[in-house]
This record gives sequence, structure tokens and C-alpha cells, in this order.
Amino acid sequence: MQKTLTTTALATLLALGATAASAEIRIGASVSATGPAAFLGDPEAKTLEMLVEQINENGGINGEEIALTLYDDGGDPNKARTFATRLIEDDEVVAIIGGSTTGTSMSILSVSEDNEIPFISLAGAIEIIDPVKPFTFKTPHTDRMACQKIFEDMQKRQITTIGMISGTDGFGASMQAQCKDVVGEYGITVAADETYNPTDADMTTQLTKIRNTEGVQAVLNPGFGQGPSIVTRNYRQLAIDLPLYQSHGVASDGFIELAGAEAAEGVRLPGTALLIADQLGADDPQKPVVDAYKTAFEEKTGTSVGTFGGYAHDAFLILTDAITRAGSAEPQAIRDAIESTSGLAGTTGIYNMSAEDHLGLDLSAFRMLEIKGGEWTVVE
Amino acid sequence: MAELLQFLFSGVTVGAVYALVALGFTIIYNASDVVNFAQGEFVMLGGMLTFVCHAAGLPLPLAALIAIVVTSAIGVAMNKLAIEPARGAPVVSLIIITIGASIFIRGGAQLLFGKQIHSFPAFSGDTPLRIGGATILPQSLWVIGGAVVVFVGLWLFFTRTLTGRAVLATSNNRLAAQLVGINTGFVMTLSFALSAGIGALAGVLATPITLTSYDVGLAFALKGFAAAMLGGMGNPKGALAGGFLLGLIEALTAGYLSSQYKDAAAFVVILLVLFFMPQGLFGAKSTERV
Amino acid sequence: MKISAKSATLLVLVVLVALSPMLFPSGYYYRVGALIFVNAIAVTGIVILTGYAGQISLGHAGFAGIGAYACALAPVHLGLHPALALVLGAAISAVLAFLVGRPILRLKGYYLGVATLGFGILVSMVLNNERQLTGGPDGMEVPELGLRGLLRDAGIDLTNGQFWYFLCGIILILAAWLALNLFNSPTGRALRALHGSEVAARTVGVDVARLKLQAFVISAVYASVSGSLLALQNKFITPDVAGFMHSIEMVTMAVLGGVGSVLGAIFGAAVLTLLPQVLTVFAEYEQLVLGLVMMLVMIFLPQGLLPSILRKVRGKDE
Repeated sequence: MQKTLTTTALATLLALGATAASAEIRIGASVSATGPAAFLGDPEAKTLEMLVEQINENGGINGEEIALTLYDDGGDPNKARTFATRLIEDDEVVAIIGGSTTGTSMSILSVSEDNEIPFISLAGAIEIIDPVKPFTFKTPHTDRMACQKIFEDMQKRQITTIGMISGTDGFGASMQAQCKDVVGEYGITVAADETYNPTDADMTTQLTKIRNTEGVQAVLNPGFGQGPSIVTRNYRQLAIDLPLYQSHGVASDGFIELAGAEAAEGVRLPGTALLIADQLGADDPQKPVVDAYKTAFEEKTGTSVGTFGGYAHDAFLILTDAITRAGSAEPQAIRDAIESTSGLAGTTGIYNMSAEDHLGLDLSAFRMLEIKGGEWTVVE
Repeated sequence: MAELLQFLFSGVTVGAVYALVALGFTIIYNASDVVNFAQGEFVMLGGMLTFVCHAAGLPLPLAALIAIVVTSAIGVAMNKLAIEPARGAPVVSLIIITIGASIFIRGGAQLLFGKQIHSFPAFSGDTPLRIGGATILPQSLWVIGGAVVVFVGLWLFFTRTLTGRAVLATSNNRLAAQLVGINTGFVMTLSFALSAGIGALAGVLATPITLTSYDVGLAFALKGFAAAMLGGMGNPKGALAGGFLLGLIEALTAGYLSSQYKDAAAFVVILLVLFFMPQGLFGAKSTERV
Repeated sequence: MKISAKSATLLVLVVLVALSPMLFPSGYYYRVGALIFVNAIAVTGIVILTGYAGQISLGHAGFAGIGAYACALAPVHLGLHPALALVLGAAISAVLAFLVGRPILRLKGYYLGVATLGFGILVSMVLNNERQLTGGPDGMEVPELGLRGLLRDAGIDLTNGQFWYFLCGIILILAAWLALNLFNSPTGRALRALHGSEVAARTVGVDVARLKLQAFVISAVYASVSGSLLALQNKFITPDVAGFMHSIEMVTMAVLGGVGSVLGAIFGAAVLTLLPQVLTVFAEYEQLVLGLVMMLVMIFLPQGLLPSILRKVRGKDE
């Protein structure tokens, strides 16, 4: 009895697998469109779908249409690995974009490396591309770079002692560790190191401890989701008048809205060109691409653009650029072409890949932003 | 001193939210011995629906009222469609049903409302009140007040009203309750409506502090469940005490020990309490029926 | 000829594991098969705990986490072979279950639920917070098991997917065999006859406390082995494996399939592992459908999917 049932189930799977065929250039994606990392994956998924639509309307690449197979791994590395296997073995894609989180990216890359399929990750951790793996690339600047950018700014303000309050989610914990790793190079000490759960409702306890720590001159909050908004509100509630730094995890207009313009006043964070599209100089090489993406995304989804959707945009841009230059959709050719990406302006920065650098961004990709009167402004 | 006071304020604020969720668990449990793991989704719906109505231009009190009424209706529907048909099922099955309901509601909310985080303005502004060098938001007082009012209301309901006693009687012995003329179907409907309504109220009161999105329910349900069990399931006094205790343990652990292990401390306390008092702090002794 | 339920169950399993690959159009199906088996191992443990001893656990993923991280950590820090690390993880889980089980198994119903929940959350919290050791929420890499290379040297060349499919399949059959032996033991029969009523069992002289503890320890070992296999197969592990949702998933698979029978629970594991794969086409509705399925099965097929289906089939035959 259950043999027939299992067979039915398998047959269903079979039928579903078969429908994915018959396209020209097959690209796969596995992102965390739901689950705890949906802040990352949701805009990424929407961005990819939108871009594929756009490119196909304009005649595809080299005359071939793109077929995107997109799976939602819910932020679960186990599912991500299954979907990576499915994309490669069953959907027969030539390249994979995805891995919204470090965990899912690490799962996908072990499959894609084994099968020699190029993979562009959308996650922050440096482990993904260091050491360099032949088929693995990534678009977001590393968390370490965000820390460096913040500490550079602190140095300029003569800040030498700080307190940190980090989310215990993957994003916050990873950045917390990276920041503590490099902080010494900037002559800054972390005098207080507190954490909160991403679902916590009140962080006044941790902030009170930081405030009462001797010598703290500024506070840094690595985290994403609602946590940083609550931290910012509590910060004002406690009337702490030290500079507050947030991370690129909340670099979107939604953050100002949730924290409230008043509470967010003076908050600094390392962001990308996306947030200040209207302030970019006409000669800025990122201006056209940022404007185009921002307009299209906001028109399509009705939500404001954020850094994370930008990562997916850039991954897709790098991939399509590579396929165009390679003039071929063979995985090996695509890989080689991605590695020779140079001077490609994305929303996050200008990409220059090489055999030693599978990220291709430097610190200049980040811009230190400050919230003034509910708007993003560039700190000079 | 000011530091301790600030920790206590934080603990009481969070504790009041837990207590409100725990109180919601109490009524359904009393009427039917079901622990409703979808209780957290009622909290989410309360906050989310208020946001949606408010964003659509309705004044905040009206938006909140609509949210509470709609959520109550969803609670009643859940009872009629999912709980009543499975009466007499073992505890595990009921857990799965209510978790299924919670996943279902969350999935629906995700489709209807999207995945954005939302909030709406605090009822009495954002200017913190200063007391002895510590600060507390006016909205925290709303949540604490809400928890206390709901507690008193439930206590009066269960001890002073005929309907409330009917609820307790239904829980003790459904058949006997029917025999003495209690409309047990009505009791069930009422308790789901009340539970869902209280959950929604928790969402309405807490959202300006905690913010809301389609997936906040699970965290509320877990903490509320833990608080209710700590206090002793089924007892409003236990729910209130359990909620505040849990919030205070978390805040004081974060303040004096480690913010990383504050939730761990809460669960260690729960395990210890259950070890010495298997029915929770205020739980009634029960005997197993053969 | 009449064959026992035990032999029938094992026969069905062996046939399924051995013959299903004939229907696989691509390597991806081996991966899904292996995942079903890994889940089924943990779920068989839940059958022992819930179906056999009548106890609830909302924290068994904690043991899966211990098994998984034993395979990630022991080879690096203790120089153990990953296969031995799996055994070590199982041993740690057993000892921990023994220590934790004694106090918390005195609790009943929901109180046991919250206590096991607390245990699971504590484990996942340690895995999340001890970043130096576990890599925190980002997870850590797990060393290669290395067995596939040995097989290749012995002349059996399997793809990675095939290797894990058959390895997990064989371990599942072993796990099911052990569970069935327990079911058919005298105490097992007595318990089933009494429908898990503790008071009744005690009056006929069953040492209920010992039995519950035994079931708890065995099911912990099952969960641990399942976690280890998952880690070794994925070569990467994150604390999600110990998370609350994973605990719930285990219980749901068992109850949905039919917590009273080993085969039923394995069937439940198969259905819930396949569901998200089938639903990718309607990814937006996945949660909605999953919740609906859970409620509908429990309401209309309270014995679980497989027993209810079997009963229907038999009813028609007669």
C-alpha cells in the first residue's frame, strides 16, 4: 500500500521537476524569502524576479531568454543544500545566485563547488570567499569591512572606548565577532559587550549597563530586523547622548520609519549608494544603475529599496555581464568571465574581481551616512 | 539604585506582555484542557490588524477595536473548525492541531500583510517618565495596566459570575456540566472569543513597544506558554505572576549576569520550579483519570 | 502463510529502500530520499517515546543538535574519526537524557512539554552563543566521513547522493528493527494493551518510571544519530538543527503519520519531507498548506495518515 503511495509522491515530484525545463539560459536561486532571514531574502527574491522579467522583455542575453528557478530555503541550511542539489541535478541550471545567510551560502557552495557550477552568494561572512574557492563569488561587502568603515569614522571623531550591543541572530553575531576582531587596529577598546535576542521587546537593561560603563564614548549596534529600531528608541528613552552607530543591516528607509525620525536623529551607519540615490553626483559611476534599480523596484513592490535587494541586483548584474562577455552559457566559461569582471558599477559598489579576490569591492563601496531630519545624509 | 530601578522597569514592561499572553492561554485551557499554541498569532493579529486599519485612515481606538473583534471571530472560527471536531483527541494531537492553526494563520498573514515590520503610535506619546533616575515609557504603563485589568476581570469572571463558573465546570467534567444544564458549546465559543480577544488586546497594547510583523507570534506563544506553566496552567493568578516573574528574571539576568544567557536563565528557573512544584507555582493538584 | 507485523514492516522498508532508486530520474532524488531516512530515524525515536511510553517531548531537537555538533567538533578537537564522533554524540545524548529524564519525566502532559521545550532551547542557546567553539548562528563545517572513499577502493563506486541514500536507509532499517523489538517485548505489549495509562500499568506491576526513562534515553539516541547523519551528509551545520521548530517537526511527522506504528511514523517523515519540495511551485502558500494539512489530518484521521489509510483499504477489501 505505501509503496504505491510513495510512488505517487515520487511521480508528482517527477512531473513538477519536468516542467522546469525547455528554457534557454537556466539560472537557479535559493534565497530565504521566508523565515527569520526574510528581511534579506524577500527583497532579494523580488529583485531577481523583476530583473529577469526586465532582461527578457529586452530580448535576453545574446538573444537567449533567461529562465529563473527560484526556491525559498527559509534560511535553513539543510533546505538550501537540498535546493542546490535540485537546481544542479534536476533543473540543470548553469549558475546559482543565493544563500541569503552565511549558513545557507556555506551549504550551497559545497554542492556547487563539487559540481563545478558558478555560485554568487548574497551573504556577508568573509569565510565564503576566503580562502578563495574556484566557483564561489559574493556581492555584499564583508561584515569586517562594515566594521572597518565604522571604526574609521570613530577614529576621526577621537572615540577610543565604545560599547557594543549586538543581536544574537546570524547577522548580528557574525558582525559582532568581526568587529571585535579588527577593533584593536583602530586603537579602540570595547568596554561593554551586550547582546539581545532578535525577538526581544526591550533593550533598556543592556543599554543602561553600557551607559554606566566607565569611559564609553559611543555605542555600536550590529543587527537587523526590528531589534535595531527598538535599540534606537530605547537609546532615546534613556536619553543617552553618545553617538550611536548602526550597521548596514538596517540601511533602508524602513529603519527611520520604525525607529522614528526623532529617535534616529544623528544615528550613523555604513550604507551604499542606494540610500542616497538622489544625492549622487551626475558623474558618479553608480548613479545610472542605482537610479534604474531604485525606480523599478519601488514601482514594482511599493516598498523602499534596501541594501539587501541591492546585493541580489548586483549578483544578477555580474552574472549576466559575465554570460554576455563569455558569449556562452557553459558553467566553466561563466566562471572564468565572472572572475575577470572589472569596473562593473553595481548598486553596492564598483566590482573588480580577480583570481585572488572573489568579492571585488573595497572600503570605498561603503559611504558613512547620518540620519538628519529623517533623511540620509553623507558624512564628509 | 537607578540602575536596578531601570532593570525592574524593563522587566515589568516585558513581563506585562508575557502576562497578557499567558492570561490568554488560561481561559481556553480552563474550558477545554487545550493549550492553544496559536495564542501568539492572536497577539500578532491584534497588532497587525490595528496597524492595517490605522494605516487605512481609521482613528487608533476604532482600529484597535476592529482588530480585537476580528481576532475574536477568528478565535471562534478556530474552535468551531479545528478544536470542536477533534474533541477527545490526545494531548499530542491537540498540540499539533493548534500548532497547525498557528502556522496556518502565520502563512495567511504573510500573504495578506507581507513581511514588513510595522508599528503604530504610542497611545500617550513617546516622552519617557522619569522616576528615581530611571525612565519608563507611558506605553509600558498601558501594557502593565492592561495586564492587571485583564487579570482582575478574569478573576471576577471565574469566581463571581455564573458563566465563569460554568467554564470551570465544563473543564472539570464536561458531561456533568451538560447534565446540570450548562451549554458547553457556548462555553467553548465564549472562551475562544475571550482568549483571542485578550491576545489581540496584548498585541494592540504591546505593538508600539515591540513592533509587529507576520512572524512575531511564535516568540510570544513560547514565552507566554512558559510563563503560564511557571505560574501554573489555568490559574489567572499564576499567569500574571508567571509573566512578571519571567520578565524580571530576564531583565535581572541581563543586567547583572549576562545578556546572552538571559533566556537560558528563565528556562532554568522554570525547570527548577517544575522540579519542586510539578504543577507550577499556583497550579491546582490534579489526579490522573484512568 | 501469516507473517508478523514486525517482519512485514521490515520487509516493506527493505523493499522501499532497495527499489525506490529505480524510479529516480536524477541525483537530486537520492538527496531527498536520504533526508527522508534521516528524519525517519529521529521520528522512530519519537514513536518509542510517544507511541510506546506515552510521553511528549517538545525538545528532542536538542539531542539532534548534540549529535550533529559532536560530529563537527570531536574530529577537530579530539582527533576522533567522524564515525566515532557519531557514537560519542549518541553516548553524550544518552547520558544527558538519563540525567534530565529522571526529574522531568515525573511531570505530566503540558508540564512535561514545557520542561522538554526548555531543555531543547537551552541546548540551542548554548550552540548559538558559544561562538568560539560552534561558530555561532552562522554554523560550522563538518569533516568528511570518508567512508565513500573506502568503498570506492573496495570497488563500489557510488555518487555522494547514492552513498548517503543507502547509508541512511540501512541505518533506518536497523533503527526500525530495534524499535519493533521493543514494541514486541512483554512490557511493550502490556503497555499497548493498557493504552499508555500509567495508573493501570502500575497496578499490573510495570515499573512505569523505569520504562519511561528507558524510552526517553533510547529516543534521545535516535535523535542524536539522526542529527549526526544530517551533519555528516551536509558537511555543514548550524544551530537550527537544535531549534524549537525542528523539535516540533519531529513530533508532527510522528503524529501525522501515525505515532502508534513505526511504519506510520516513517510515512509521516516522508510526507512532511516531500511536502516542501512539492510545494516549491506555490512557495508563498507553503505555510498555509502545511498548517492546513496538520489540522485536517489530526481532525479527520486522528490515528495518523498511514493507520487510517490502511484501515480504509482493509475495510474495502472485506
